[in-house]
Amino acid sequence: MSELAVNSEKTRENHPLGEYLRTDRFPHIWCSGCGLGIVLSAFIRSLLNCGLALDKVAVVSGIGCTGRAAGYLKLDSFHTTHGRAIPFATGLKLANPELEVIVFSGDGDLAAIGGNHLIHAGRRNIDMTVLCVNNFTYGMTGGQFGPTTPSAARSTTSRAGNVENPFNMVGLAAASGAIYVARWTTAQVRQLERSTTEALQRKGFSFVEIISPCPTYYGRMNRQPTGLDQMRYYRANTVVKHFASPHEVGVALGGQIVTGKFIDTERPYLPHPQEGHDGA
Amino acid sequence: MGERIGIEVSQAIAEAAMLSNVDVIAAYPITPQTHIVEHLAELVASGELDAEYIPVESEHSAMSACLGAVATGARTFTATAGQGLELMHEVLYVASSMRLPVIMSVANRALSGPLNVWGDQSDLMSVRDTGWIQIVAANGQEAVDNVICAFAIGEDRRVLLPVMVHVDGFYLTHVIEPVIMPDREEVDRFIPPYDYPLPLDTEKPVTMGAFAPPVLYPEAKKAQDVNLRGSMPVILEHWDRFGKAFGRQYGPLEHYRSEGAKTLLLTMGSIGDTASAAVDKMRDEGKDVGLVQLRLWRPFPFAEFRNAVRDADLLVVVDRAISFGGPGGPFCSEVRAALYDEEKRPKVTGFIAGLGGRDITVAGFEDMVARGIEIAETGTDQEYEIYGVRE
Repeated sequence: MSELAVNSEKTRENHPLGEYLRTDRFPHIWCSGCGLGIVLSAFIRSLLNCGLALDKVAVVSGIGCTGRAAGYLKLDSFHTTHGRAIPFATGLKLANPELEVIVFSGDGDLAAIGGNHLIHAGRRNIDMTVLCVNNFTYGMTGGQFGPTTPSAARSTTSRAGNVENPFNMVGLAAASGAIYVARWTTAQVRQLERSTTEALQRKGFSFVEIISPCPTYYGRMNRQPTGLDQMRYYRANTVVKHFASPHEVGVALGGQIVTGKFIDTERPYLPHPQEGHDGA
Repeated sequence: MGERIGIEVSQAIAEAAMLSNVDVIAAYPITPQTHIVEHLAELVASGELDAEYIPVESEHSAMSACLGAVATGARTFTATAGQGLELMHEVLYVASSMRLPVIMSVANRALSGPLNVWGDQSDLMSVRDTGWIQIVAANGQEAVDNVICAFAIGEDRRVLLPVMVHVDGFYLTHVIEPVIMPDREEVDRFIPPYDYPLPLDTEKPVTMGAFAPPVLYPEAKKAQDVNLRGSMPVILEHWDRFGKAFGRQYGPLEHYRSEGAKTLLLTMGSIGDTASAAVDKMRDEGKDVGLVQLRLWRPFPFAEFRNAVRDADLLVVVDRAISFGGPGGPFCSEVRAALYDEEKRPKVTGFIAGLGGRDITVAGFEDMVARGIEIAETGTDQEYEIYGVRE
């Protein structure tokens, strides 16, 4: 057995969630200090919390560091082209409403190149859960600024500070029509797990933003050079305000991060349950 | 004369765009192109380049923003790769048909799926028919020089067409090569000031891209084709001017020990350097093999090409893209088509190799030449062979 295969076998045996991971694809590509491992673990635990039959779960991801999650999960998954995770997931859900469909992707994928799809899926209230891991940058391509990068933040394409205004992702999801909207940081693992569990149980378009460290690019260029620095910043600057207006909780550079469950409501969703398409 | 320095080819391409006094850059990050636009962002931030840098939200937006900019008479540059070029696709046709000379460098990359960020020429072949002038660089120096030439060619009033300068992703974009970077004054003298004849101007309104029914559309398309074919002598003229000004002469083809060779390897892009090493080795062993590299993909240099292969008995064409279910690699198909009407024509054998970043080694070229000779002697029922792939 090769060294790689031995390590893969050890990971599968020793990691508490090893049986849900494609350890044959390890070592993973995520950097030391990245928050994606925390998010992925929390997601798997919330899937287990829901008691879902795992053969009825499909995970769809787009391109970027977060997008690689689809390849590491031992579930039905599809790694789509850049920005198209949501339309792919829409087709999946409408064609087979029995599936629990989760989009697991990053801010660069969901807010920039795929931004149009996000707002239309919210408008239609398609029954899916979107987990948006927001590290405020394009990590995979080397730390360029994107539509979530706070104003004045430095990046490889904004050396003197970003001159644009960022999207507030929870405000965008809420305005588009999402029926469940929450935000957490990777320093709030239990809340994140609980919230993701709720999001999976809701019927309609659920959106959970997870603010997550990218020490390699975003952190290093903005005076938080390690994952731990970014986690300390979250700990010191995060407040929980359930049902705060999602339109008033934008994240400024170095500013307070308002987290919590902002919206938890109901409205008619697709696929329409009256037509025998209730996925429950 | 510029200085010969060691520089990453992506950075060198960005600096070539800067030396060309580009006014507007709109781009979206994608591997393996990212270093080009990242360096341009640095040059704009540091004040070395006085240009608008628009980091848009997708490649579709990047090319659209470039069209907007170029239509006002601004000198415009962008870069992309693989999937990004695919996302630009519909806008590429608008650039060429509206005669809007955007200059773009493409870091050639394989196409999904499965997802792959490494180099091949699938993206290049997918935009073959978009009406752009397409130059394929074989090394860093060619990339720099041809970005500069692209502005002179594309913006020439006799041409007014967008130009792609293709560079192999990673093989060129991510390596540090010795490159002679021209001086700014030299480039200023070489590229005339940009003077777009019909810019969008509120004083003299024009409409671009308006609806053309069947009574107009075919004429517009014929005009476009006549224009692209007619650009050939202008391209050669600018390459000659460049040769006189900078001492490096370019043409539609590059020949390496091809004179009188009975067997010719045909390549496009950076694999030509490896192929030339293979030719040296085979020549040392007494084999009569030469190399012809294609630099100008569109417009296709039919006359030069027929002339270059006139004395050969066998062409071994190496493609780095597949035309699924078709007659062979796209390069090989065109080679066959270009020769069909010739009275004396060499046998043509096609190989597809180096997909998705799989290296083609010197031994690989030797193998393909040997196999090509074997096929020429014994015949085959296959249109082409895919080299070096596990069954």
